[in-house]
Amino acid sequence: MNKQPAIEFKNITKRFGKVVANKNVNLTAYRGEILSVLGENGSGKTTLMNMISGIYFPDEGQIFIDGKEVVIASPKDAFDYKIGMIHQHFKLVDVFSAAENIVLGIEDGKYNLKNSTEEIKKITSQYGFELVPDKKIYTMSVSEKQTVEIIKVLYRGADILILDEPTAVLTPQETEKLFNVLRRMRDNGKCIIIITHKLHEVLSLSDRVAVLRKGEYVGTVNTKETNESQLTEMMVGKKISLNIQRSEPKNTVERLKINNLICKNREGANVLENVSFTAKSGEILGIAGIAGSGQRELLEAIAGLQHLASGEITYIDPKTNEEENLRDKTPLQIREMGVRLSFVPEDRLGMGLVGNMDIVDNMMLRSYRKGKSMFLERKQPKNLAEDIISRLEVVTPSANTPVRRLSGGNVQKVLVGREIAAAPTVLMAAYPVRGLDINSSYTIYNLLNEQKENGVAVIFVGEDLDVLLELCDRILVIGSGRVTGIVDARNTTKEEVGLLMTKSQEEGKENNNG
Amino acid sequence: MAKNIKTHSEPLFRIVKRDELSPLKAWLIRIATIVIAFLLVGILSMIVSKKDFGQTYQIMFRGVFGRVFEGKPAMLWKYLQEIAILLSLALALTPAFKMKFWNCGAEGQALIGGLASIYCMIEFGDKLPYGVLILVIAVTSILAGAIWGIIPAIFKAIFNTNETLFTLMMNYIATQIIAYYVYVEGGGSNVINPVKAGNFPSVAGNDYFVNIIIVAVITVLMYIYLKYSKQGYEISVVGESQNTARYVGINVKKVIIRTMIISGALCGVTGMLLVAGTDHSINTNLVGGQGFTAILMSWLGQFNPFIMAIMTALVVFLRIGVAKVADTAYLNSSFSEIMVGLVILMLVGCEFFIQYSIKFRKNKKEDKA
Amino acid sequence: MIVQFICRAILLGTPLLYGSTGEIVTEKSGHLNLGIPGIMYVGAISGVVGSFLYENACGNDIANMSAILAILIPLLCTIIGASLMGLIYSFLTVTLHANQNVTGLALTTFGVGLGNFLGASLINITKSELPSIALTKTSSFFATKLPFADKLGWVGELLFSHDFLTYFAIIIAIIVAFVLNKTRVGLNLRAVGENPATADAAGINVTKYRYVSTCIGSAIAGLGGLQYVFAYASGVWSNNAFGDRGWMAIALVIFALWKPSMAIIGSFLFGALCNANNYIQGLGTETQELFKMLPYVVTIIVLVITSMRKKREHQPPASLGINYFREER
Repeated sequence: MNKQPAIEFKNITKRFGKVVANKNVNLTAYRGEILSVLGENGSGKTTLMNMISGIYFPDEGQIFIDGKEVVIASPKDAFDYKIGMIHQHFKLVDVFSAAENIVLGIEDGKYNLKNSTEEIKKITSQYGFELVPDKKIYTMSVSEKQTVEIIKVLYRGADILILDEPTAVLTPQETEKLFNVLRRMRDNGKCIIIITHKLHEVLSLSDRVAVLRKGEYVGTVNTKETNESQLTEMMVGKKISLNIQRSEPKNTVERLKINNLICKNREGANVLENVSFTAKSGEILGIAGIAGSGQRELLEAIAGLQHLASGEITYIDPKTNEEENLRDKTPLQIREMGVRLSFVPEDRLGMGLVGNMDIVDNMMLRSYRKGKSMFLERKQPKNLAEDIISRLEVVTPSANTPVRRLSGGNVQKVLVGREIAAAPTVLMAAYPVRGLDINSSYTIYNLLNEQKENGVAVIFVGEDLDVLLELCDRILVIGSGRVTGIVDARNTTKEEVGLLMTKSQEEGKENNNG
Repeated sequence: MAKNIKTHSEPLFRIVKRDELSPLKAWLIRIATIVIAFLLVGILSMIVSKKDFGQTYQIMFRGVFGRVFEGKPAMLWKYLQEIAILLSLALALTPAFKMKFWNCGAEGQALIGGLASIYCMIEFGDKLPYGVLILVIAVTSILAGAIWGIIPAIFKAIFNTNETLFTLMMNYIATQIIAYYVYVEGGGSNVINPVKAGNFPSVAGNDYFVNIIIVAVITVLMYIYLKYSKQGYEISVVGESQNTARYVGINVKKVIIRTMIISGALCGVTGMLLVAGTDHSINTNLVGGQGFTAILMSWLGQFNPFIMAIMTALVVFLRIGVAKVADTAYLNSSFSEIMVGLVILMLVGCEFFIQYSIKFRKNKKEDKA
Repeated sequence: MIVQFICRAILLGTPLLYGSTGEIVTEKSGHLNLGIPGIMYVGAISGVVGSFLYENACGNDIANMSAILAILIPLLCTIIGASLMGLIYSFLTVTLHANQNVTGLALTTFGVGLGNFLGASLINITKSELPSIALTKTSSFFATKLPFADKLGWVGELLFSHDFLTYFAIIIAIIVAFVLNKTRVGLNLRAVGENPATADAAGINVTKYRYVSTCIGSAIAGLGGLQYVFAYASGVWSNNAFGDRGWMAIALVIFALWKPSMAIIGSFLFGALCNANNYIQGLGTETQELFKMLPYVVTIIVLVITSMRKKREHQPPASLGINYFREER
């Protein structure tokens, strides 16, 4: 096989202020291959790729395309070199239609949406996509949005495609479908680069794997000649066992009963439909589902942040065994009832913490009301902050540093630390390890396990099915706002959960998969 | 595969976000900007007034401080009084801004406060003893300002109505009410003669002393309120993120309304200072557009009342000083408005250099294979 | 009487139409320009200065003046003056990432000061007794009506009797609507205002779009000031007479749901409201003062009603008021 190098990095370095995101990276990707760029969260994979898509500009080093040195100063330059990037956070205009998004920014003579729509239909049939070009983005599911993103770069004739964590939001079945499309593109001679931190995907899809660790290039291996433990070692830098110590649930009692919840969004559509389940003390209940299936609304409803159209939320007091109604209570009322409900929301800096405040002031968020004085008491929060910093090994200049200046993992430690410090009886966590490196992730898993062993009812919303299967005791699967199944995590498979995730979507959509 | 691709060159310079600049350095940049701005204002004033450099600044200082070193502090008092008025408006707006509520209605809230004062002075002036009268004036002015502040706040809290334009429109409504009142009370003459009753006392022969002391006290109290009180903390949380506020159980609507009551009430106080403490009369131009300048003062002061006081002192200095220069050259005093606008624009622009730095293209190294 | 009322409403509404069309163009790019009142003011005074110089150059004799120059000079001056203000705003907010609200308000302070200073200086030069300056000659050129308007009775008066700047305002609004909805430039501009990161990743020059749309928007708004002086006020400039029209224009943008076609209706409606107090019989001077509140009260009602609507298509551009920095993390 005579391979042509499509793109080469030589000694690329990129800094953000004092943080070095990429350091002397050398990397080559060939035409007609799928290259995985593997690395933990925060290892600089996305930053590196953003430099060939024109979002960032390297501080040092050179980029070669087809053997020639190039300067990519803007996304427009990247298009001229036929580079297309599909970002993890989709870059789509919500109020535009799919077709409008696809043609956006292209200068090809007269503006004619009709002709473009025909062109789009050709591409969709060529690769076996399903897409309605007139559909508005904000009415689309995540996998539809991803399709728009892929067609967007194909429409521009890209032959170097970069996909940033493309499977994070897909079900196993959707993932397989996407992989087939990517393989077909590779066979057409395109160069495909996928950024990921999931080992099994790397092994099943790619031809070669390049590994980054803490911004540095570790090496490239052929997929055929490697295995999971070698890759892990390259990625983390030391041998670690990736097992979560799951204990058998003990003394489980019903703690929270959810009955027939219905919740509507701004447009009046149901985001939660007849959701019922029970959370028990001493167990971790996982919630699986495609992103945006109602997980956020469900947790917020329990925490008193969503208005419910109907349904009941009942809390069973561990001391008195009395049932208490939590529906239509504000977070403050819930706390005043003596219900110790802790919640680690998905949006850490937009909901759980205040980015511009320091760690101490963030510690008081839940407790500042204590006492009759009209003034704040900062002594206790300061002690708590220092305790969390030392116990969870938070890396920070001091307790008076604004949290927005901490890294993702440290922000999460601060948030989880505060929520656990409240000695909860129910602990809800939404995507608590998103964006965290492996060590921080395991710190969080261990904290959740510890809480479970202490008899807390833990509710864990996750996106990585492997983790859900390893960490949880039971898994509730949610699809389009409905509970599509509750399974025993010890006796189920990823495929079963994946099927349940799409169950409530339109039937008969699962055909024409080539 | 070689296609006809344009050669792209590295841009001449790029903008890069800085690490957090130390507060000291940040202030050095601001102070440098202020110095440059003052020099620029001096040069421009010099050009339009056809005076030399030294003269221009001399006139400015004379215009502001008068003959204070010769034992005649009248001008200085006037200067302090003007600072007090502008500062009190800026302080009033600060809690609202900290909550990210763009209260552009200081003008109207102060006007209505002033209206309450003059009404009490006229109606109860000869009916109530002095102490009670002052108390009644204070209470009604504060209430009036608070009501003017609470109306947009309620709609903001319930419907998220755009508060910038709402408060602006409330200004014009207030102006029309004053116009109506002045017409009626002045018997069609559009002038209300100064009212003798209910004036603030002059201390040590100075009419403005009470105003200045009141504002000084408010400055300190506002500092404490924002930094150390629970309510101040709630304001910060709501301002930073309403989602976080809801998450921790803060009643966002209540905080918005409560804060705007404070903001409006303090504007009402300013109205009282202007009517009972200064003019003893009222007209539609009572506040004279200072409500807008106060917004800028509050922003430049970065929510810190003491810095706000310094900024206000600088701006008022320019306003009076440049007006004096323009005056001696028989120019319109609006020239000072232009200069104040210019200086504020420069200060707004200089924040960029605190948050970002510019990297110029390096010469390419041809080593390294 | 009714015809006269409507004509007057259109006359009064036209500056608002210019202002709100200009602001729509700017807001569509994601920039909330609160400097519009100052920009309109500067637009007006620039036109006044231009016409003043031209009238003087012609020896203040209408016989020496060419109709084309008499219109073109103030027009160009206005466009240049207002665009320069827009340029200051875009430099501060786009390049220097300054807070948009603060910059806008400071620009309004600056613009009003500049207008008053230049106005007062001109008044000084003419040694006029009144605190105003009259450029009635230039104004007479601006007020030229369509020749057949008189022949068509009230229909003619209603539809064809206006000054050309009024028609120009409507034409601009229609062109803006067309560009926004039917062209690639419009699509790109809307994308920049909705989601600049997306537009940037799609290869659109966000900075260029924001600069250009702010400057064009400012130029359009500035024409509102020109129309006010030469069509409404018959060429008479006096300081602060322009009043609150800039703020009303910004409020109208919300009323119009960011649609220029709605702005046409809205501005004439507002024109009618501003004028209602003169057409209601038997009002004393004091009640007239109270009636002048009407447009403000209606604006508030409009604000409240629009804020109660929640439909997706009726929301402001999603990134309105937020500056964009590509390397933001």
